[in-house]
Amino acid sequence: MIEIKDLHKSYQMGSNSLHVLKGIDFSVKEGELVAIMGSSGSGKSTLLNILGMLDEADNGSYFLDNVPIKGLNETKAAHYRNQFLGFIFQSFNLINYKTALENVALPLYYQRKKRKERTEKALDYLGKVGLSKWATHLPSELSGGQKQRVAIARALAADPKVLLADEPTGALDSTTSYEVMDIIQKINDEGKTILVVTHEEDIANMCKRIVHLKDGVIVEDKKVEQVRASQYV
Amino acid sequence: MFDRDRWREIFEAISKNKLRTFLSGFTVALGILIFTILLGMGNGLLNSFLSSFVDDAQNVIFIRSGNTSKAYKGFQENRRIQFKNEDFEFIKTNYLGKVEFATPRIYRNGLAKYDKESGSYSIRAVHPDHQYLEKTIMMKGRYLNEEDINDRTKNIVIGRLVEKDLFKNESALGKILNVDGIAYKVVGVFQDSGGDNEERIIYMSYKTVQLLFGNNDHLDQINISYNIGMGTEQAISFSKQIEKDLKEKFKVAPDDQSAIRVSSFAEDIKETMVILGGIYLVIFIVGIGTLISGIIGIGNIMTFSIKERTKELGIRKALGATPRSIIGMVLQESILITSVAGYLGLVLGILALKLIGNNLEEFFILNPRVDTTVIVIATITLILAGLLAGYIPARRAAKIKPIVALRDE
Repeated sequence: MIEIKDLHKSYQMGSNSLHVLKGIDFSVKEGELVAIMGSSGSGKSTLLNILGMLDEADNGSYFLDNVPIKGLNETKAAHYRNQFLGFIFQSFNLINYKTALENVALPLYYQRKKRKERTEKALDYLGKVGLSKWATHLPSELSGGQKQRVAIARALAADPKVLLADEPTGALDSTTSYEVMDIIQKINDEGKTILVVTHEEDIANMCKRIVHLKDGVIVEDKKVEQVRASQYV
Repeated sequence: MFDRDRWREIFEAISKNKLRTFLSGFTVALGILIFTILLGMGNGLLNSFLSSFVDDAQNVIFIRSGNTSKAYKGFQENRRIQFKNEDFEFIKTNYLGKVEFATPRIYRNGLAKYDKESGSYSIRAVHPDHQYLEKTIMMKGRYLNEEDINDRTKNIVIGRLVEKDLFKNESALGKILNVDGIAYKVVGVFQDSGGDNEERIIYMSYKTVQLLFGNNDHLDQINISYNIGMGTEQAISFSKQIEKDLKEKFKVAPDDQSAIRVSSFAEDIKETMVILGGIYLVIFIVGIGTLISGIIGIGNIMTFSIKERTKELGIRKALGATPRSIIGMVLQESILITSVAGYLGLVLGILALKLIGNNLEEFFILNPRVDTTVIVIATITLILAGLLAGYIPARRAAKIKPIVALRDE
């Protein structure tokens, strides 16, 4: 599903160049649930941004579902993001004047789906994260965990190939974190490929594979016995 | 542009971001409102200025006489210059093709009596051409004609208010009116847009007056109208020519200012044009100033509005919005708001001007109106300005990387 070879990325900080990713080789197969771990500054968010086409690498190759991701213009990138990727952010990033349902339906709007279909699908995905009753509520009326579940439903709505989660539990207490991880695990059970950036051990252990990043290189890549979140919920 | 879903998305954004909508709409509406009212007031000023000229025909030259102020060619100063019928004929025939209408005037006052009513009125003894020079409008009956002149009839034409004063509800037409002991027959009643005083006048044949009072051929004044195709400059030189010829005829020093005075609206019009130009300039500057402040206002609001939306736009981009759809959405929204608000301002402005109406006449503001074309152009300018002001930040927002837009918390 994801094929990365010799990925490099530097940031220009004034006169200094900060080499963040120093040659990453990394591949993810369909249906995997991968945790990307590392301390801050290790390059894990940069890697995720490049994977999410929110940022572009300086060097190296990146194939997503056998499509080369390189030199995309903004419009093309927007189409690929819409088709291939679903994002889950630490700070939820819901549009505050839209209801839960409208937020979930938004990626479908950019897929030019009909309004009726958008609403049906959005309701469906809201049901999947257990928030059918909250469809007409604004984000400000939802708790943190609920907001993240809306965000997950939104990420799923476009039926992407890969879900990218950037610290999805970073803003949540541990109980809510486990609820969110439970949902992520269930989605993965259905076959969705998911990448989770986190710095929390327990969250990482709920994935099936952990990739450790340090100073811009992968120092460890291991399969783990998945801890089911449902037992904590 | 005609995507229904896009509009739905925009209406939602508008209705759920009321403050933003209100601010940008308010700026535009206020701008157009002030622009409309100022322009209307300016036009009102112009109207009241112009209305002082509508009473008489614009192309009139007045020829008056007085006493000489200088000794000349053996004549003493302070000699009385008296126009006579031959001077009138001289002017009428000497400038063929240039003179359109010509009439002498003899001024008198008279006490008019009918039944038990009486009143003192100005009498003007004139030639039938006077009707066209004074823009006299006949309500009933007829004006004086050549027969009245040649036969020295005792026919008179009276103003609307003379009839109202003396005849009350009766019609004066065909009635006999006694003026200073002489019986005249009313053959017509007129009205005049020059105000009440112009409608309290009695017109009669100048030759009749000459016969009845003194049996001479004296005239007080000669009014002519020049061919309207002449233009202001030509008209001014024409009136100078008349003045020169008459001064020669009466042996008056060429630089004598008081013996023969020829004046025309042409000079007034020239002066008026300068003042009008000044008023236009002020209106123009005020209008442009209002528009510019409106443009700056809408520009600020748009920049602020897009800054506020940076995060939302970043989210949309992450979800697959193309730069084009971002720019399109932002601009369509701003077009919608500015158009509706601009229209609102326009309607309110026109309504305000209607309400003001002629209430400010004493401040020289008469019938304040605006040219719809001007206002529509102003509104479109503001919309375009809002568009431009929105486009620059919108394009920046569309170019910004979603991760940057989403970064700051």
